[in-house]
Amino acid sequence: MGLRSRLGRARDAWSTHLAPVWNGSSIDDSTWEGLTDALLLADVGVVTTDALVDGVRDRVGREGVVDVDGLLRLLKAEILARLGETDRNLALGGEPSVWLLVGVNGVGKTTTIGKLGHRESMAGRRVLFAAGDTFRAAAADQLSLWADRSGLTVVRGAEGADPSSVVFDAVAHAASRGADLVLADTAGRVHTKANLMDELSKVRRVAEKGAGTVTETLLVIDATTGQNGLAQARQFAEAVDVTGIVLTKLDGSARGGIVVAVQDDLGIPVKLVGVGEGVDDLVSFDPEEFVDALFASDVPA
Amino acid sequence: MFESLTNRFEGILRRVRGKGRLGSDDVDEFLREVRVAFLEADVHLEVVRTLQDRIRERAVGAELVGALNPGQQVVKIVLEELTEVLGGEAVHLPYASKPPTVVLLAGLQGAGKTTTAAKLARWYKARGRNPMLIGADLRRPAAVEQLRTLGDRIGVPVFSEPSDPVAVVRAGLAEAVRLGRDVVVCDTAGRLAIDDDLMAEVAEVSGVLEPHHTFLVIDAMTGQDAVSTAEAFHARLSLDALVLTKLDGDARGGAALSVKEVVGCPVAFASTGEGLEDFETFHPDRLAGRILGMGDVETLIEKAEETFENEQAEEAAARMLEGTFTLDDFLDQLRALRQMGPISSLVGMVPGMAQQMGNADVDDGRIDRIEGIINSMTPAERFDPDIVDGSRRARIARGSGTQAGEINQLVKQFREMRKMMKQMGGRGMTKKKGRKGRKGRKGGGGRTTARGPVPVDRKKGLSLPGLGDQASLPGFPGGGLDLLGDRPKG
Repeated sequence: MGLRSRLGRARDAWSTHLAPVWNGSSIDDSTWEGLTDALLLADVGVVTTDALVDGVRDRVGREGVVDVDGLLRLLKAEILARLGETDRNLALGGEPSVWLLVGVNGVGKTTTIGKLGHRESMAGRRVLFAAGDTFRAAAADQLSLWADRSGLTVVRGAEGADPSSVVFDAVAHAASRGADLVLADTAGRVHTKANLMDELSKVRRVAEKGAGTVTETLLVIDATTGQNGLAQARQFAEAVDVTGIVLTKLDGSARGGIVVAVQDDLGIPVKLVGVGEGVDDLVSFDPEEFVDALFASDVPA
Repeated sequence: MFESLTNRFEGILRRVRGKGRLGSDDVDEFLREVRVAFLEADVHLEVVRTLQDRIRERAVGAELVGALNPGQQVVKIVLEELTEVLGGEAVHLPYASKPPTVVLLAGLQGAGKTTTAAKLARWYKARGRNPMLIGADLRRPAAVEQLRTLGDRIGVPVFSEPSDPVAVVRAGLAEAVRLGRDVVVCDTAGRLAIDDDLMAEVAEVSGVLEPHHTFLVIDAMTGQDAVSTAEAFHARLSLDALVLTKLDGDARGGAALSVKEVVGCPVAFASTGEGLEDFETFHPDRLAGRILGMGDVETLIEKAEETFENEQAEEAAARMLEGTFTLDDFLDQLRALRQMGPISSLVGMVPGMAQQMGNADVDDGRIDRIEGIINSMTPAERFDPDIVDGSRRARIARGSGTQAGEINQLVKQFREMRKMMKQMGGRGMTKKKGRKGRKGRKGGGGRTTARGPVPVDRKKGLSLPGLGDQASLPGFPGGGLDLLGDRPKG
């Protein structure tokens, strides 16, 4: 299934708000207002929305575009330009490689690890889970259930154990068994808690004390997140040097527009998208497909 | 990263300075900034428009009176409109006449339902109830285990079985009756508002459960989607209130304002931390300040008081300066301050406070302990902490779960604070003879009660015994005597 059909709902939600734009044949003030509203309702945020609309307005004037179709083409191009042509592959190369998943509470870190483990083991890599969320009750149980589904091993510590030590042990275990990849879960934390962010930096450091190398630090962001997503990205990037974003729950009605702002503002690329509850519902982020999916079928013939 | 509304207004202020009233164009300029502030706080676009209209209606042509500059006047109107939407009262949750009182929790995945269920059960337990938890989230792996672990931690039984959610709640209710539990809190699976099957399932659960209260658990970080989510749940479940989670971060929580405006659901509880005790009934007025940025409220209130409540502030000041300020007054101020948001965030927001506090470890837990200590005192002890002796101290320590040393520290610092204020009162007298004389009469007048002559102004700043020797907020003797005594009349 392509991203386009998976994103059906997000696209429908977005297109509802764009309807006033499509329905006008020529470009006037209400077109711009509709465009602005649509972007704001998609959680793109005031600053990025204004920049996008200004950019499109500028080009519409310069290039003499007079119809709504042309305008939408330019809008897509503007969004794509902001998403950039970044390398969105997940890096390997450690022995083992460690991918650390971080984020605020409830965004779907554990679920993402479950799906990612399945995906990477299907791709032929020997994957091991580190149950680094020692805070949330039964988080390790949840991860173990995911591991069982894909026949993977979990290294877990006692509840309340030091997450750094759990990750360290998992890396050692992986090295001794010749595993390629350690997927390390971490407890959700609100990015304003300095002590918890310090704890996370420590996990990141300790993960490389042994044989392992942290080749990806993925920030998981929930598609329903509003403008606080920027603050999250900024704080996590400062604490652990985030290499990519996983945008989850995009199968809901939320539009995930905050990632446009995050990439625009901080240059952190979206690498993966979560689009459902199934083990296969984690796909690579393709910006073109993403933007197309958001607009496709809505452009009047 | 968020600019406070007052800062946003600065540029406009220069232009409108000296005007007697605000014209339509002036107001529109302010409203553009208001719009950005609201949108950055994740208030829904439609709600932003509605609020803008209401604010415009009140602001255009409004006379610029007193000491409020036009910007402050607009902030005041904005704040009043926000408070109007949010309502001023905390939500009242009656108990069922025939127990158990049943509470259903619903919400999107990851909003924090399971944790909230445990926190709510703990909250009821702390109020002398005998709650039971039902784990009807059979979808998320290990959700029931999570609830069982949390249940163990708070000593509340958890009922669940691996069947289907409807069967679980049916059996759970019977179990609650059998065990004589008087409150039942039911956790449900997270779902997408657009997932019809799952929405039908939770509606069916609700039909069997017949809850007295249905809460939507919603993440304070939610963006524009909050309204459609709440509408979808409301259509199926008829929501009574919201529980706003993850309010310990820096999200402004505009989503809650939108939901209140569109669906009419007030916020009943706020979850403010990871500990199971970090859960409290929500005071709606807090959110208004949060959405606008604390500084605005501070500034506004200070300025408004300067003009309109000078009299009251003076009376309060008089009592402080005479040294008749009691621990009860202090507790009032502490609570007033708490209403404005977590202390830890206040410290950063109040200009100069961070420096004054130095590296003193200011956290809400510590404030909780101070509140606990004062609450464990008798009225006589609060009025005159000097009577606290060894046996009283031991009793207070037991009652508040603190150490004798903490009580000593509080009493000592309170005493010093009162002494310092009295000295300052003396200085004020020589400086401002006439006024002090008037205050003196008032303060010493006939209205003396056990608590003193007049209520202490709740909105003024305060210094904080127990939080470091120099801890002080502007607007309170020590931090800003001049504000209280020597302010020019509006």
